[in-house]
Amino acid sequence: MMYSKEHILYLNKKKKEKIFIKIMQLSIIIIFIILWQLLTSFNLINRFIFSSPLDIIKTIIKLFKTNNLFHHIYITTIETIISFTLSTILGLLFASFLWHKKTISKILDPYLTILNSLPKVALGPIIIIWCGAGFKSIILMALLISLIITIINIYQGFESIDNNKLKLMKALKANKKQIYFKLLIPSNISNIISTLKVNISMSLIGVSMGELLVSKEGLGYLIMYGSQVFNLHLVMTGVLLLCILSTIMYYLVCILERIIKNKRFSQF
Amino acid sequence: MPKKILTVKNLKKNYHTDNDEIVALKDISFDLFEGEIISIVGPSGCGKSTILSIICGLENKTDGIINIENNKKVGYMLQSDCLFDWRCVFDNCMLGLEIQNKNTIENKKYVLELLNKYGLKDFINSKPSELSGGMRQRVALIRTLATKPDILLLDESFSALDYQSRINVSNDVYNILKDERKSAIIVTHDIAEAISISDRIIVLTKRPATIKKEHIINLTNKTNPINNRKCKEFNDYYDQIWKELDYDV
Repeated sequence: MMYSKEHILYLNKKKKEKIFIKIMQLSIIIIFIILWQLLTSFNLINRFIFSSPLDIIKTIIKLFKTNNLFHHIYITTIETIISFTLSTILGLLFASFLWHKKTISKILDPYLTILNSLPKVALGPIIIIWCGAGFKSIILMALLISLIITIINIYQGFESIDNNKLKLMKALKANKKQIYFKLLIPSNISNIISTLKVNISMSLIGVSMGELLVSKEGLGYLIMYGSQVFNLHLVMTGVLLLCILSTIMYYLVCILERIIKNKRFSQF
Repeated sequence: MPKKILTVKNLKKNYHTDNDEIVALKDISFDLFEGEIISIVGPSGCGKSTILSIICGLENKTDGIINIENNKKVGYMLQSDCLFDWRCVFDNCMLGLEIQNKNTIENKKYVLELLNKYGLKDFINSKPSELSGGMRQRVALIRTLATKPDILLLDESFSALDYQSRINVSNDVYNILKDERKSAIIVTHDIAEAISISDRIIVLTKRPATIKKEHIINLTNKTNPINNRKCKEFNDYYDQIWKELDYDV
C-alpha cells in the first residue's frame, strides 16, 4: 500500500517513540544494576547487608552446580500453578453460585468483605496446626490469599452485566443456564482474564508466604533460610528469582488472554 | 375485518418501594388487530414501557387481563440494539432461535433471507462494532423477526439514533413490518414518528397512566413513514397530540 509522505513521517515518529520507551525501560534496570555494583565495589554501601549483582550471579551459579536452583524454582512454580488453578476454578464456581442464588449472596456479603480485608498471614499458625508444616499448608495459605479476591472480582463482573441485555435474554425466554453461558460468561471474558492476572500474582504471594512460614524447599524457603543464616546474597537471589518467575507467569496469562480474545465466541 | 390478536383490559400496575406504593398504570384497555401498528405516546415516565414489559411477560401485572389470541408469539425490541459484540451479525440474529432450540437449517436459511432482503448480506460475518447505528437496529429487528413472532413490541427502538438515521430506520422497519405482515405496538416519545408509522395512536396521561385519547390515523396517500410526513393531515394530528401531551408535562 502506498502511503503519503506525512503518513510515513507519522509512522516513523510512532516507531521512534516506541523504541525510545523500550530503551528507557531497559536503561533503568541496567543503570540500577551498575550503580548497585559500583556502590558495593567501592564500599559506599555495605556489601554484606545489601549484597551485589555479582554476588547474586555467583549464588545462582553455586545453586545451579549443587542442583538446587531448578529444584527450588520447580517447587514454587508447581505450588503456584496448583493454587492458581484451584483458586480460579473455585472462584469462578463460587461467584457463579452467588450470581445464581442472590439471597445467599446477600447473606454472605459481609463475610466475604471481612475475609477479604483480613491479613491472611495472621492465620498462618492456625493453618500450620490444622494442616501440618508442609505442602498442604502452603496451598491453603495461597488459596486464602487469592480465592476471596477472585470470587469478589468475578462476582462484581457478573453483577455489572448490562440490564438491557439481560432483559433481551429474558424476552427471548432464555433460562438461567442459557443466560449464564450465552451472555454472562462471554461478556465477562475480559473481567475474568483481568482477575486471572491478579490471581497469578496473589497465588505467588500466597505460596511465598507459605514457604516462608513452613517449607523446606522453594524460593520462599531460600529467602527465609538466607535471612536466618544472614546470607543476604541468598535472600536477594530468592527475591530476584521470584521476580523473574512472577513476570514469566504474568506474561503466560497475557498470552492466554490473547489466544482467548482472538478466538471467536460464536459457540457461546 | 381484521382479527383481534391481543386484548389488554383494565391493566393495573403498582410498584412497591420501602417508603411508598407507586401506581404506575391505573386503567389501560385496548385491542390490537392483525397487521395493525399501534403507537403509545405519553409524558416521560408515565409507564409506556411498563405496558410492553407486562405484555411480553417480563413484569407481572397487579390487575387486569392480557389476552393473546391462540398463544400468538410476541417479539420484543428494546431501545438499545443489545447486539452481542463477541458474535457476528448472523450469530446475533440466530440468538433467539438458539435459545428456543430452533437452530435448524430452515431457520438458518430464513435468517439469511432476511439479512439478504434488508441489505445486510455483505455484513453477515461482520462484528456489530463494524456497523452503523441504523444497520445495528436492522440486525436487532431481524433477530426479533427470526423467531417469527406475530406481535412485535418496539420500546423506543429508534431513540438512540441520530435524527436522519432515525427517520430512515423507522421507514425500513415500517416496510419490514408490512412486508412480513406483523402487528406491532411501538412505544415512542416522538409524535411525528408515531403519526408517520402507525395506524392508531394511544395517548397516555401522566402517572398513574390512563388512556387520554385514541387517534385513528387516516392519512390520504398513506405510503411509508417518510412520505406520510408530507400528508396534509399530518400537522393536524401533530398539533392535537402535542396539546394533549402538553397538559401533562
